[in-house]
Amino acid sequence: MKITPIIGLEVHVELATASKMFCGCPADHFGKPPNIQTCPVCLGLPGALPVPNKKAVEWTIILAQALDCKINLISKFDRKNYFYPDLPKGYQITQYDQPFGENGKLGKIRIRRVHLEEDTGKLQHEGQQSLVDFNRSGVPLVEIVTEPDFRSVEEVDVYLKKLQRIIRYLGISSADMEKGSMRLEPSISLSNDGSLPNYRVEVKNINSFRFVRMALEYEIKRQQKEPHIQQTRGWSEAKNATVPQREKEEAHDYRYFPDPDIPPIRMSNEQLAIIKEQIPELPEAKLTRFVKQYNLSQYAANILTDDKNTADYFEEAAKLSDQFADIANWIINKKADITTLVPAQLVEQIKKSQTAMPVDKTALEQAIKTVLSANPKAVADYKKGKTAVIGFFLGKISQAVKIPANDMIRTVLERMLNAR
Amino acid sequence: MTIDECYQNIGRIADKTNAFITVISKAEAVKKMQHAKSFLSGVPFVLKDSYVTKHIKTTAASNVLKDYLPQYSATVYRRLEGAGAILLGKMNMDAWGHGGTSENTDFGPVKNPWDLTRVAGGSGGGPAVAVVTDCADFAIGEDTGGSIRNPAAWCGITGLKVTYGRVSRYGCIAYASSFDTVGPTARTAQQCARILRVIAGKDPYDATSSNKPVPDYVGQLKKPLGKLTIGWPKELFGEGLDWEIKIAIEQARRELEKHGIKIKEISMPLFSYGVPVYYIIAPSETSSNLGRYDGVRFGNGRENFTSETKRRIMVGTYALSAGYYDAYYKKAQQVRTLFIKEYAKALSECDMVLMPVNPTPPPKIGELINDPVKKLLADYYTTSQNPVGVPSLALPCGFTRSGLPIGMQLVGKMFSEDLLLQVGYRYQQATDWHTRKPKL
Repeated sequence: MKITPIIGLEVHVELATASKMFCGCPADHFGKPPNIQTCPVCLGLPGALPVPNKKAVEWTIILAQALDCKINLISKFDRKNYFYPDLPKGYQITQYDQPFGENGKLGKIRIRRVHLEEDTGKLQHEGQQSLVDFNRSGVPLVEIVTEPDFRSVEEVDVYLKKLQRIIRYLGISSADMEKGSMRLEPSISLSNDGSLPNYRVEVKNINSFRFVRMALEYEIKRQQKEPHIQQTRGWSEAKNATVPQREKEEAHDYRYFPDPDIPPIRMSNEQLAIIKEQIPELPEAKLTRFVKQYNLSQYAANILTDDKNTADYFEEAAKLSDQFADIANWIINKKADITTLVPAQLVEQIKKSQTAMPVDKTALEQAIKTVLSANPKAVADYKKGKTAVIGFFLGKISQAVKIPANDMIRTVLERMLNAR
Repeated sequence: MTIDECYQNIGRIADKTNAFITVISKAEAVKKMQHAKSFLSGVPFVLKDSYVTKHIKTTAASNVLKDYLPQYSATVYRRLEGAGAILLGKMNMDAWGHGGTSENTDFGPVKNPWDLTRVAGGSGGGPAVAVVTDCADFAIGEDTGGSIRNPAAWCGITGLKVTYGRVSRYGCIAYASSFDTVGPTARTAQQCARILRVIAGKDPYDATSSNKPVPDYVGQLKKPLGKLTIGWPKELFGEGLDWEIKIAIEQARRELEKHGIKIKEISMPLFSYGVPVYYIIAPSETSSNLGRYDGVRFGNGRENFTSETKRRIMVGTYALSAGYYDAYYKKAQQVRTLFIKEYAKALSECDMVLMPVNPTPPPKIGELINDPVKKLLADYYTTSQNPVGVPSLALPCGFTRSGLPIGMQLVGKMFSEDLLLQVGYRYQQATDWHTRKPKL
């Protein structure tokens, strides 16, 4: 019997706005001394009222648009009522039935909704005491919820990396796992026939891609052995296992209702069009274009477009010289520190290295021969179609001949590889 | 009034009426007199104790906040202080605004200065008592379902429930956020106009406050009335209304007619749904608003809530619960929409509607607090305006034979406070009900 994992994802992303979601306190709380970035609003003091942060709303809409969501022209905030010491008002302001974005997709994964809410404070347990830090209270938090469309751990991994890249491209969050600005909650169940099972196990608040993989792999094994029950679990780093948290049977009744303190937010199609214009070329499109326009390998284009600044740097340099492969190569192999060198200087250096050190053809062919002989597995990989190993060979060869890789070396290398 | 006169009156009535929770020391008040001359320079006032005042005890009349010292001040307080007004006290009320008699308080029931065995009305009983006993020139109340108008009528003063969004709610301890309005209560419509001029307008700290420009309420008072029609909803003067109140309002009607105002009979058949709509939505919102008072970060624990407050929290929690939401909260919101249409229709036939404030004169202390259903009906005339958002001006219009004040209210279109105050001013030029003082 073939068992298929059915996985869905909830991702929380803290927005990098200057101020919090509903007050003027700074939103960047990482590493700050406790409770210095608070005010009556984010402390939930009597009489205080929330005023929504326009930038956070705009950024949520931008993200929803980038994920091909339908944007609701009338959206609103709701109250989710529950008691917890890190929730000063006794309710969280979130979006219930009219989120900013719905029904989008990223690749073949369907996005159910993109909504905006406020983050809670943070509890710290010290001995018998529990302390609350409200610096994080009220930081804007976007939640991106998928349909249960993942059928393997690998697909989850690919999606998360794509999503993180898009968020960084949009410049709306650092999406930094270590700082907790991106948090992951997969839900997983196992199906015998591919249909949706009537239970799911939610794994809460995971803070790295690796732990998501480990948690899912662990769950796939565990659920094959243990009974299928609806459950909330957490990832324990110490045990390298998921452990049960509160059971779903005790599920809260959150008594959602529209927050009377915040008027509904209305958007016109014209406003949405203006917001949409701010979306830069997204990673996927840029990668495809780089391969086509600059004749780069998929491998090189992928690395260059991983980060928008690097991609922009490359394009800046590519305006000054048509030695695209060399520029890419220099950036990828970190031959030059692009954080200190402006693109024009990089192009200059490349040119210099090529004129100053002409390659002796015989010496080059000898060097290539040696490298190829020493790496039969890589040669075999190349023959199987893994052209990415070219980069590896170029690195070795340029080390041997002590000049930076260039188009000429690449041409000779490819000729000799193909001849083997 | 001078500060000295006010403090003399406070000394005379505070203990007898229970109107004050906190009296600001005279030295403190006098110190603030040194402000430069401005719009309300040296004008003494009091606040209902639902407004947070930095470093001045703010209780909402509940033991939960018995010793609570706020870290910031409400917008309305800051604006008044900025205009030179002098705060003399924080006033007793029904805890959290939960009540119509100022008996649901942990600081003792507020007594009516016209008859100390009777209630002063609520929830803002304390503010109304302070005004009618000359402890201050004006008070700031907070009207969620009559909390300004009801005590104004039962104490014989003028009270304005403003349009929702006209005055910032920032720093007003929330009862039911979509109904809560911040407004003035004073002897006359003219004084209310002066105060409103200062406190109205957009506040960046309240997303529900309106951008609409603030008219010159004072300048407009004496302008000619022009052609005006006041609606007379006949259903509201039938069964259940005390006959003395009915007669007093009919007399006021004739007075208004003398000023060339046309009275037109209209019909508001949905009016009686006001109480059920109010008593579902307001408790729902309050059940959420009071969630923060868990005693963890400030204040005392939940066991300090009174039974009336607990009742409202429970009703609201129930109405919002999964499985009951559609039948109660959602249904009430749908009726609210009908209500908005009902008022829009009525106000398309006239400029404002005249109606009673209370169905009866002020009851004896203890009479309503022990009969929750009867107490709800006492709010019959004042609960339907808040779900709609329209403004309403309560004006004194007579006395019962036993010497208890009677009030009426003019309910206007959204943001028509200027017109309501203009009519109120005109009426008070011709009558003297608002000038009478209780002998205490």
